[in-house]
Amino acid sequence: MNLNLEIDNRTLHLVGGVMGLLVLASAIGFGLSRTVKAEKARATVANMNARIRAWWVMVFIFVVAILSGRLVTVILFGFTSFMALREFITLTPTRPGDHRTLFWAFFLVTPLQYYLVAIEWYGLFSILIPVYAFLLLPVRSAAAGDCTNFLARTSEIQWGLMICVYCVSHAPALLILEIEGYENAGPLLLFFLVLVVQLSDVLQYVFGKLLGRRPVAPTVSPNKTVEGFLGGVLTASLIGGCLAWATPFNFWQACAMSLLITMAGFFGGLVMSAIKRDRGVKDYGQMIEGHGGVLDRIDSICFAAPFFFHVTRYFFA
Amino acid sequence: MTASFIVGLVRLLCGAYPRWQGCVPELRPRIYFSNHTSNLDAVVLWSALPPAVRSATRPVAAHDYWISSALRRHLAQRVFHAILIERKKVTAHNNPIDAILEAMTGSTSVILFPEGGRFLNPEPAPFKAGLYHLARRRPDAELVPVLIDNLNRVLPKGEVLPVPLLCSVTFGQPIRLEPGESKPDFLVRARQAVCDLRNR
Repeated sequence: MNLNLEIDNRTLHLVGGVMGLLVLASAIGFGLSRTVKAEKARATVANMNARIRAWWVMVFIFVVAILSGRLVTVILFGFTSFMALREFITLTPTRPGDHRTLFWAFFLVTPLQYYLVAIEWYGLFSILIPVYAFLLLPVRSAAAGDCTNFLARTSEIQWGLMICVYCVSHAPALLILEIEGYENAGPLLLFFLVLVVQLSDVLQYVFGKLLGRRPVAPTVSPNKTVEGFLGGVLTASLIGGCLAWATPFNFWQACAMSLLITMAGFFGGLVMSAIKRDRGVKDYGQMIEGHGGVLDRIDSICFAAPFFFHVTRYFFA
Repeated sequence: MTASFIVGLVRLLCGAYPRWQGCVPELRPRIYFSNHTSNLDAVVLWSALPPAVRSATRPVAAHDYWISSALRRHLAQRVFHAILIERKKVTAHNNPIDAILEAMTGSTSVILFPEGGRFLNPEPAPFKAGLYHLARRRPDAELVPVLIDNLNRVLPKGEVLPVPLLCSVTFGQPIRLEPGESKPDFLVRARQAVCDLRNR
């Protein structure tokens, strides 16, 4: 009871800190919208303010879910996966022969994966998609009889499931990790992951806008610069280290974990951008004002969640 | 109630994001004419309209299909307020054009699929004459071309279960029947107006 109360306090401190940041960001955004005059800068500020408004909504949903307990959090992430997969498959050239396969992917595999998180069946959770879905879904496509681009179509559906469902489900799976000497660590670990990833994204954006000169991969994403990457990743890792009080880690461990999370997040952004460029779009969707689609917002979590989950599980659980 | 449930379901299933490119949503008599690739077309176009416009817009639909079960009948009559027209045995008594014109009172708009059926080709089939007759008899109504994209992947012909994918509904610039324009010319031009929205 005592311990629970203490953890609740930490969660509340984290929530309070995030709210404080958002208030600050909103105030700065409001100030800039009043002072900035140049047309191009105004567009940037307008986009930034749209992003901040969307942040308020996303933080609200996330905090409510995490405070309401595991089931609600699992449902929230399951729904996020569903929306992300929907965006991913939309950009993927599937054929009518894939229709039933896709139906299975959306309405059988995705709910089952999150059901396994909810019932804490780690063994099946970790192989459902890489083993069963990978082998059985192509069977349905083959049975439909259309061989055109079969390998490419199959790979695209599998990759979509992997990124949007399997990887994302590792975030709520943090809630089932049991860490010795640290009860109910799950919600704090999840909060830590999401906070560090998103801070890193925001800081990379800010450093990139302020100092960005040399693009990392100009053909993939002109907005990702070496300066933005270094500034964002290092600052976010340092902040992550300072959040050690809210985690089972000590300062250096929390720094190292944050570095892992932010690097993986950066890789995620890069890979998902490459897919967007190949498909000739700027964003995966248009659901969240200023951010694009769900997948544009969670691309870094897709990559960071499995890394963070497995490293934490190996060293601490 | 049912209407907002259906709109929510459509949003969840296929996004149905409206893109108003050639006009803005307005309460005035309009004829929205669109390509037809899926059974969900009418519902999706209807859902893409803002609520006020939606409640004054009636899809034109096949009588035989929509009265075939109690649920369909309820949806067509009470939710979509569809104008049900006869497509098999057209006589002077049940002329579809008259039924549509009769329904277009005040600022009531209609949704029309002038191909007269669903086809597997990505490009729309040649338009049937109904749009021309409506344009001639209601010159005041705006003819708004609409392109529904990607919906045939959500529910391809012959499938029962839908797959959730993002679709877009693009509203183009209204066209009108020019003085002296022949029926074939007008129908080709109207079809082209829908096709032209694809690469915008």
